[in-house]
Amino acid sequence: MDGISDDIWQPVALTAELAVVTTALLLLLGTPVAWWLARSKAWWKEGVATLVAMPIVLPPTVLGFYLLVALGPNGPGGAVASLWGGRTLAFSFAGLVIGSVLYSMPFVVQPIRNAFEAMGERPLEVAATLRASPRRAFWTVAVPLALPGFLTGAVLGFAHTVGEFGVVLMIGGNIPGKTKVLSVAIFDYVETSRWREANILAGGMVLFAFAVILAMRLVERRFADVAR
Amino acid sequence: MTDRGIDARFNGQLGAFALDAAFRAPASGVTALFGPSGCGKTTILRCLAGLTRLSGRCLVDGEVWQDDTAFLPPFRRPIGYVFQEASLFQHLSVRRNLLYGAPRTPASGDGLGFDEVVDLLGLTKLADRSPGNLSGGERQRVAIGRALLSQPKVLLMDEPLSALDRATKDEILPFLERLRDRLFLPIVYVSHDMAEVERLAKHLVLMENGRVVAAGDLATLQSDPGLPLAASREAAVVFDAVVERYDAAWGLLALRVPGGELLVPSTPVAPATRRRVRIAAADVSLLTEPQQTSSILNALPARVLARRPLGENEMVVTLRLGAGEDGVRILARITRKSWEKLGIVEGKMVWAQVKGVSLAQA
Repeated sequence: MDGISDDIWQPVALTAELAVVTTALLLLLGTPVAWWLARSKAWWKEGVATLVAMPIVLPPTVLGFYLLVALGPNGPGGAVASLWGGRTLAFSFAGLVIGSVLYSMPFVVQPIRNAFEAMGERPLEVAATLRASPRRAFWTVAVPLALPGFLTGAVLGFAHTVGEFGVVLMIGGNIPGKTKVLSVAIFDYVETSRWREANILAGGMVLFAFAVILAMRLVERRFADVAR
Repeated sequence: MTDRGIDARFNGQLGAFALDAAFRAPASGVTALFGPSGCGKTTILRCLAGLTRLSGRCLVDGEVWQDDTAFLPPFRRPIGYVFQEASLFQHLSVRRNLLYGAPRTPASGDGLGFDEVVDLLGLTKLADRSPGNLSGGERQRVAIGRALLSQPKVLLMDEPLSALDRATKDEILPFLERLRDRLFLPIVYVSHDMAEVERLAKHLVLMENGRVVAAGDLATLQSDPGLPLAASREAAVVFDAVVERYDAAWGLLALRVPGGELLVPSTPVAPATRRRVRIAAADVSLLTEPQQTSSILNALPARVLARRPLGENEMVVTLRLGAGEDGVRILARITRKSWEKLGIVEGKMVWAQVKGVSLAQA
């Protein structure tokens, strides 16, 4: 295309990669958390639930600031980075993933927890009386019944990661091909008055958001029909 | 005492009252846990399954499922559990629901096979449907089939009919009767509906406020004037009888019962068949002389054993059919005035006139 540099696609690819990795990690880490929150009778579980939900309320800059400290050379992130000779996890793709996982966690955990809770105790009791071990009951009963929750969680987690800005800017900086994601790129284009590129990316994001939410609603409706 | 069957004792706090119940259930046939709502019968069933954990012990066929040191989790207990609501897995077809608990290697010998269970419960046409479009009665039948196909050694049923309407109950009861006759395993059946208990059970555990009030043979408990059953409006006694002959000319069935013979209008039934007979206390009246002029067919000699006043003006009388010691006990509800007028006393022989007898599958 005339006048548009190829570097516009780099942030798109990077954002997609970040969102995929983050969503996969969130499903892996968020599922046990959601399961525990849905089924534990510990009195302090709502404290944990609150911690998980904090990013919904906190300004991204607050989370970003503390992450920068934690990931930096003097924080635990620096210690981890030193394992392979690095100095810091900030300003790296790994740092972005860690930030995104924390930032998008509530959007994945909440729908899955809701689905596990809505299912109730009964299906698992039935499975147990049919000789299913807790592991088998989880995979053959709990997960399939909570599938709409998993889908909602995955979509929200993915979309939210694609759309984040503040946290990324705080911990990731703006290194092309490494940490420069879509939202940061749009900000950059605007700053440097490249409105045409900014418009392409921003317009794309609008279409993406519309498609995601529409798809989710359609899927939810289909599940509601099946359940009935 | 044989160690076949169930031997259980559970105790613990249960809401407002303390549950402390011990009972045995025979190795085959239906044992009904009967009592008002909230008396702890469902909790006992859940304890038998291991779904609820109270302190106590539970032995099945001599095997320890629970005692002071051991507790077998529910998925390691060879039980079939039918819940009040069918609780089918919505994400699986009827067939996959049925097979969920079935062992991967087909059971050898006396286990129930898929085809037999499907046939026994009338599920042939339903196997490939989704649970979402079954009727309430169909769902509960699938749930029962699913429990049976897990090859249980004990079948636990928690008011499986109480969520269903009258017509659906009547549709399922014959299936339950067939199961009872086909299965050689203990069935523990929780209910607060005496009509169901009378159709199905041979053994009764009577519960109140978390305690076992009485346990034993159904007819024995029903005719015990000391128990609340005899005092109820629907008091009746249920026992087994053997068909002696069928009188085709009048359409009457002659049934031999311990201590006498009953004539009951019926369709033909082969001699030597067993039938379950129910005689309601309200259908029995007492005579001091045999009467030739009554339209009532059954008037049997019986001995008055005991009585229990019902309020100011009525009483329920326990009778033993025949003059011997081995006659079956039935109840008669009469007024205090009749008792005085006829000069009845405990130990006296009378004639028990039975106006109505209902029959069911034994």
